[in-house]
Amino acid sequence: MERRDFLRNTALISGAFMVPAFLKPLEAMAKGDLTGHKNLVIIQLSGGNDGLNTVVPYGNDIYYQKRKTIAINKPDIVTLNDMQGLNPNLSALKEIYDQGWMNIVNSVGYPNPDRSHFRSMDIWQTGSDADQFLTTGWIGRYLDSNCQTCKNPYTAIEVDDTLSLAMKGAKMKGIAVQDPGKLFQTTREPFFKDLVHDHGDTNLNEDNLGYLYKTMIETYSSADYIQKTSKTYNVTAQYPATGLGYQLKNVSKFINSGLDTRVYYVSLSGFDTHVGQQAQQGRQLKIYGDAVAAFIKDLKSTDKLDDTLVMTFSEFGRRVEQNASNGTDHGTANNVFLFGGKLKKAGIFNDAPDLTQLDNGDLKYQVDFRDIYATLLDKWLDVSNSQILNKNFVGLDLV
Amino acid sequence: MNNSRQIKHLYARAGFGIRFEDLHDQANQSIKKSVKKLFKASEKIEFLDALNENIDLRPKPVAQTDMDKMALQAERNKQEKALNDAWVKQLSETDAQLREKMTLFWHNHFSCNIGNAYYEQELNNVERANALGNFKTLLLQVSQTPAMLQFLNNQQNQKGHPNENFARELMELFTLGRGHYTEQDIKESARAFTGWAYSGKTGVYTFNPRVHDNGQKTFLGKTANYCGEDIMSIITDNKQTAVFLCTKLYRYFVNDIPDDTHVNQMADVLYKANYEIKPLLEFVFLSDWFYEDKNIGNLVKSPIELLVGLNRQFYISYQNPDVLMQFQRTLGQVLFRPPNVAGWPGGRSWIDSSSLMYRMKIPSTILNAGLIDFTGKATPEDEAYLASQRKQQLNVIKRVQAQPNWDKFLHDIPPDTTHLQIAEFMLEPKLDKTVVDEMNSSADIKSTIIQIVSTPEYQLC
Repeated sequence: MERRDFLRNTALISGAFMVPAFLKPLEAMAKGDLTGHKNLVIIQLSGGNDGLNTVVPYGNDIYYQKRKTIAINKPDIVTLNDMQGLNPNLSALKEIYDQGWMNIVNSVGYPNPDRSHFRSMDIWQTGSDADQFLTTGWIGRYLDSNCQTCKNPYTAIEVDDTLSLAMKGAKMKGIAVQDPGKLFQTTREPFFKDLVHDHGDTNLNEDNLGYLYKTMIETYSSADYIQKTSKTYNVTAQYPATGLGYQLKNVSKFINSGLDTRVYYVSLSGFDTHVGQQAQQGRQLKIYGDAVAAFIKDLKSTDKLDDTLVMTFSEFGRRVEQNASNGTDHGTANNVFLFGGKLKKAGIFNDAPDLTQLDNGDLKYQVDFRDIYATLLDKWLDVSNSQILNKNFVGLDLV
Repeated sequence: MNNSRQIKHLYARAGFGIRFEDLHDQANQSIKKSVKKLFKASEKIEFLDALNENIDLRPKPVAQTDMDKMALQAERNKQEKALNDAWVKQLSETDAQLREKMTLFWHNHFSCNIGNAYYEQELNNVERANALGNFKTLLLQVSQTPAMLQFLNNQQNQKGHPNENFARELMELFTLGRGHYTEQDIKESARAFTGWAYSGKTGVYTFNPRVHDNGQKTFLGKTANYCGEDIMSIITDNKQTAVFLCTKLYRYFVNDIPDDTHVNQMADVLYKANYEIKPLLEFVFLSDWFYEDKNIGNLVKSPIELLVGLNRQFYISYQNPDVLMQFQRTLGQVLFRPPNVAGWPGGRSWIDSSSLMYRMKIPSTILNAGLIDFTGKATPEDEAYLASQRKQQLNVIKRVQAQPNWDKFLHDIPPDTTHLQIAEFMLEPKLDKTVVDEMNSSADIKSTIIQIVSTPEYQLC
């Protein structure tokens, strides 16, 4: 006990002496370097959200023919133009849409679509081709790209307990933080603290043990930075009392406190609606719409909306024709939403999905999802997309 | 002569770690005897039999209500849990640890992820039965399981409109590896596998000659009217298959970074032995290079190896084994749910900031029957279950209900063993001064143990 107390005191007194060399730039980073940097917030809807009942092509009779019992009734739809409108559970987003802070990209997908959840999610998270298996995620490879602000795990934060493949690179990985205080407490358990402060240099070698120690020290240091920085800001805006509401409130706290993070990642489950779709999807969309609307309004009021871009995707859309259980089965192309104060084109980006030219009952994709990623990488995160996506995508005129 | 370091290493790699009692018996024996003992213990084959009903064989009702579908989904979910529990229990309790370790290897090599747990159990048992047997037999049997036929779409592979998925993965992931065949080879060989299917009525493999393509196929430079078995023979006659397999085995048993000389020696042994696995593994475990310093204590345990190793070391019994599935989710490896056809990438990919913290925390949480304040994400496959049960997230277990057998564990530690010696026994890497100091200064044996299992060193084997 005595020895440990001694070491802890020594560490406190000598301060920088104990901090390994490779961590110093991080600790020394001045806040001034970071003003005005842009944030990307990714919201994943897991399970395959039914895009056609989310942004409803109510002006197309085929929609009503194919969805006899689960179509959204015309009078209930929040109309956007004479062809498409929002599911009534997304009514909170109407205000956002009208302000020009929302953009809907229709028919997003990829060639040779896979209808399995795990494979298609894999493809979206890694940014691979349908017949390619990558072990790193697209945000992870962005971290690997060694861009100016990609030096630390907290460059990309997932507001969750565990880290998605999207956030894992070959060398660098993001960090999962559900609750900064809890993460801080975990890393400060006395025994971990001792290991972090007292480890010898041999434990920082290039071998796997060195990798573990380095990860531990980075986590320790990141937890401290995230906790200390984020607690300087108190979110005053009202958020709905849902899981997603809580997560986005945390993202707001992180952004507004000036955390040096570029990418945030959150997910919402429960969209695999094979059975009794209307009630289940309606509940989930309400959670989504209310939380996002609160988040966007909050950022507007704190002047951060122009520096923030929100993207929502799901691993696939669902079949055009409903099934016999008042639900829908796995399909292909889907809509992607973008939110932000600086959108190039507000409203609906491209034509509503074509319900006549189907591929075996499924929508044909018009926009490759990697063209959206490419746009975000090139125009928002300031790295060349070909470096991250392994080939060059032209991108879209979105931001 | 004292071989304890080597024996410990052998058990860490060929099994899930050594117990004090094992080392006590073997420290003064030759390595050869220990290797023999491991194989001997793995001669018996304990099949998993947690599931005895194939839900897909039930007669389809004329009209299915939403409630019926909800109930069915709940049943599938229950089967999946039961199978997962059963395998973890077997991994944790069996004496045949080398057989289970190899079954785990094949589980990842022949990665398969489908909704039918009964078929998964069947595939797992095929892998277990042949785990230390002949690779050619294993390959054929795996390829004809309903699980694999379904997973790689060979049910849809028919004369006139072939489905190439199985042929592609057979070569890319099971045998040759990328770069040793052409796209044309895939197209041609896919035709040879037309008609390989299982009956939806019986759930049993049956070759269907009516949809089999009897035409000439040109494959890897040879032309004939090949059937599927012929294609497999041509593939295994190619020594590249032995090299590919041995590279993967080397990374599993020896080192993340393959040593070409050692891998080629292994491939020679495997190829000469007509793809018998046992002589190959004996060769590895008896090679001097297997025991070199750089190959000791440097592999990252997979989440399953971590949990199973702990269970075995402390004879842990779980009142609610579902918590183990929750830990698998948190740590990123749910058995029977590999991420894609290529399996779990392994090595450093297991480790990120959050997973490392959980890995350092979970062992002490289990040993102390502590509170869990974290959850894993729902896997994409959990989604159908969640939506069908009108839920937003999976149920979370908040407290570990588990009982380590401390008496037995402590009883097996020889008297006069110091705390440091216990740490050296339980941790594979060489210990740094910090860890040594921590051990020397810890108050009592239980806190020493808790500290040992909470180190970064404990993550390695």
